[in-house]
Amino acid sequence: MGRQLLIDNIKDPVTGALTGINTLEGYRAHGGYKALEKALKLKPEEIVTEVQKSGLRGRGGAGFPTGMKWSFIAKPPGVPRHLVCNADESEPGTFKDRYLMHHKPHLLIEGMIISSFALGANLSYIYIRGEMMVQYHILQKAIDEAYAAGLLGKNILNSGFDLDLHVHPGAGAYICGEETGLIESLEGKRGNPRIKPPFPAISGVWNRPTVVNNVETLAAIVPILNMGAEEYAKIGIGKSTGTKLISASGHINKPGVYEIELGVPVEEFIYSESYCGGMKGGRKLKAVVAGGSSVPILPAELILKTAKGEPRLMTYESLGDGGFATGTMLGSGGFIVMDESTSVVKNLFNFTRFYHHESCGQCSPCREGTGWMEKILHKILDGHGTVADIDLLWDIQGKIEGKTICPLGEAAAWPVAAAIRHFRPEFEEYVKNPGKIKDVKHYYRLNNLEPVN
Amino acid sequence: MPKVTIDGQTIEVPNGTTILEAARMIGGKSVPPAMCYYSKLKETGGYCRTCIVNVSKGSEKDPRPMPKPVPSCRTTVMDGMEVQNLTSPALLEARAGVVEFLLLNHPLDCPICDQAGECHLQDLGYENGKSKTRYEFARREFEPIDIGEKIKLHMKRCIHCFRCVKLADQLTPNRYQGMLNRGDHSEISTYIQHAVDNEFSGNMIDVCPVGALTDKTFRFKSRVWFVKPEDAHRKCPTCAGKARIWLKGEEVLRVTGRKDKYGEVIDWICNECRFDKKKTSDWVIEGPTHIDHHSVISMNHYETLVDLKHETDNHRKQLTNKKVNLGQGALDPNNS
Ligand SMILES: Cc1cc2nc3c(=O)[nH]c(=O)nc-3n(C[C@H](O)[C@H](O)[C@H](O)COP(=O)(O)O)c2cc1C
Ligand code: SF4
Ligand code: SF4
Ligand code: FES
Repeated sequence: MGRQLLIDNIKDPVTGALTGINTLEGYRAHGGYKALEKALKLKPEEIVTEVQKSGLRGRGGAGFPTGMKWSFIAKPPGVPRHLVCNADESEPGTFKDRYLMHHKPHLLIEGMIISSFALGANLSYIYIRGEMMVQYHILQKAIDEAYAAGLLGKNILNSGFDLDLHVHPGAGAYICGEETGLIESLEGKRGNPRIKPPFPAISGVWNRPTVVNNVETLAAIVPILNMGAEEYAKIGIGKSTGTKLISASGHINKPGVYEIELGVPVEEFIYSESYCGGMKGGRKLKAVVAGGSSVPILPAELILKTAKGEPRLMTYESLGDGGFATGTMLGSGGFIVMDESTSVVKNLFNFTRFYHHESCGQCSPCREGTGWMEKILHKILDGHGTVADIDLLWDIQGKIEGKTICPLGEAAAWPVAAAIRHFRPEFEEYVKNPGKIKDVKHYYRLNNLEPVN
Repeated sequence: MPKVTIDGQTIEVPNGTTILEAARMIGGKSVPPAMCYYSKLKETGGYCRTCIVNVSKGSEKDPRPMPKPVPSCRTTVMDGMEVQNLTSPALLEARAGVVEFLLLNHPLDCPICDQAGECHLQDLGYENGKSKTRYEFARREFEPIDIGEKIKLHMKRCIHCFRCVKLADQLTPNRYQGMLNRGDHSEISTYIQHAVDNEFSGNMIDVCPVGALTDKTFRFKSRVWFVKPEDAHRKCPTCAGKARIWLKGEEVLRVTGRKDKYGEVIDWICNECRFDKKKTSDWVIEGPTHIDHHSVISMNHYETLVDLKHETDNHRKQLTNKKVNLGQGALDPNNS
């Protein structure tokens, strides 16, 4: 097991009991808010440079270099700027931010104070997913503690820097995790993504320059300041520096949130006792969705080794090796493992149903295309599909991809493309042997009906 | 002033001009179809995706092509930009895809729709779509509702262009309507029916590109190709009073705004002019209107449209053969 910088000290290594690091006192006992003290003595630009040097990349999915993003924020005189933490985590397969906020709310708050200082923001927000009310209350309590201790509010630690921090719950829509949808929702409007440009760095919340960052990204600022950017950059491989939280789920012995040093081989991650602990029941690995439901699924042979035969590593570059033909993406780190008993077609139906349900409906390809794909998959699972339907699915996903306002269109198209690309025979099996499928009582299960005998 | 080349035709345009506006300045066949953009309203466009084009060269400064097709109505021209519309077969295929999406859940009830004959979706489907649908599932259904006393909304015909919402936002003092629900269930509504009651609300009928919003005083009275449009004006205390009246014999069957060749209203008119002034004596008639649009049925001339289609195809071939100014590899279909 490598170093832990984000989710360390949550449990006692011997007894396994919680250490109380969720309180201000407990957090301070483990060195909490030391990074803030250090940061407030630096110039804001120096912090931005540190973050640039650390090589930290956004942990929300796209992997955009954080320091570079910060350097883009517009600074028109007299206009306030804002930092928004994206805690809307709703990508199927991803549950790391919730874990982090649940157990170490002060780590996020400390990261946000430092980042707000670096960006010159005096009013910042945490936009938290509406279903996470437990974590909302945990954060609110931690914020109250921080205000009482002079870590938020006016003149923080006598530095002259003021910051107000609000936590705001959404109403339960995946699309409010897209940064401009989030901004609309935060402003009290319907969470429709905005048409870009302008980007939030120029015109975000209340049309003011805004940076939106993921929970884990902002939390990582704390260890970067504590250990120094150079030390941090030594962890990992190449342009994938530092540690990353992985939400591991599926047919593995030990599902859960793991912090890895970027660069761990995928094979080790699945089979090592330090991480997933191998396949459940010793069954064979069939496929992995490596970065949350929207990234391409890969069959076992391609997730363990690249097309060139090199071992695949848990880094942005290695997972992306081979493009979409033979590779995938690290995405948000939602690592879904499937064994040989899994039906890729059914899994795809499940994902597609999700994207159909979550489309905001603003632009034609996503609004109409996601529903269409779901209906075709439903038809295939019902035993009425044809080979032409498989080709049609392929065609539709291609007509959605790249033609939409926000990347939800791609998020819906990629899983369909990848499933057909790598598992076409399985689709054909469904189409050619409909008798087999009817056994699964797919229709009844879908509609929560008892099968009629 | 930036210079942009669209399908090999170069034009200099003012700073901040969009690709679509630049194409309209050039005119002709290379103008991308626009279903949601409306130059008379602010912040329209970007939703329908019919106006997508390829940018094969970003600008003089940064000549890289743009990785995805862009909505021309929302993309600003950069100096030296090169754009492909008709010259990219892959783009036309992508646009046909968008048209298919727009028609996917459309009821195709043209025979009983008041908009037939002046419907932009009919034109779009005819010119850019395919003749057969690949969709075999039930289409979504909505009951028609009243949007105020004089306007009927057939939500199932709506293409979610947001024009009526923007109009309600910008032309009327209070926000009366918006989108309810999400995804393919989203619908235009006033939330509380009948709530739209405003002097200028009737203009939403004119901005609606399809038959979703119709004039209740005209519904089912006549097919539009049997009524004769005349430009007319009257002294009106509320609006400019410049309208288009639609006559059957001596009877004024309906009143609309005057529209330009892209189907956009030139002057907004008030509800009194639109709904209440239905006598010829109310109006000073200026003379018959030349209808510039090319609707499938409005001409009652299917042949003309077939010609038009051939003409477009020929035009495309010509442009393709010319191979001017498009940059290396620009005509490679794998490249677009
Ligand atoms: C449909 C959609 C949903 C998204 N949901 C989330 C989310 O729940 N959490 C998140 O951090 N980023 C989400 N993102 C990515 C954000 O738009 C944005 O890129 C991210 O918050 C940037 O933060 P980072 O640079 O720290 O990664 C989503 C993007 C899309 C298109
Ligand atoms: S891609 Fe989908 S979710 Fe994104 S703006 Fe368009 S309709 Fe909405
Ligand atoms: S009702 Fe008409 S104007 Fe309004 S969104 Fe629908 S199609 Fe557009
Ligand atoms: S007209 Fe440009 S997207 Fe609709």
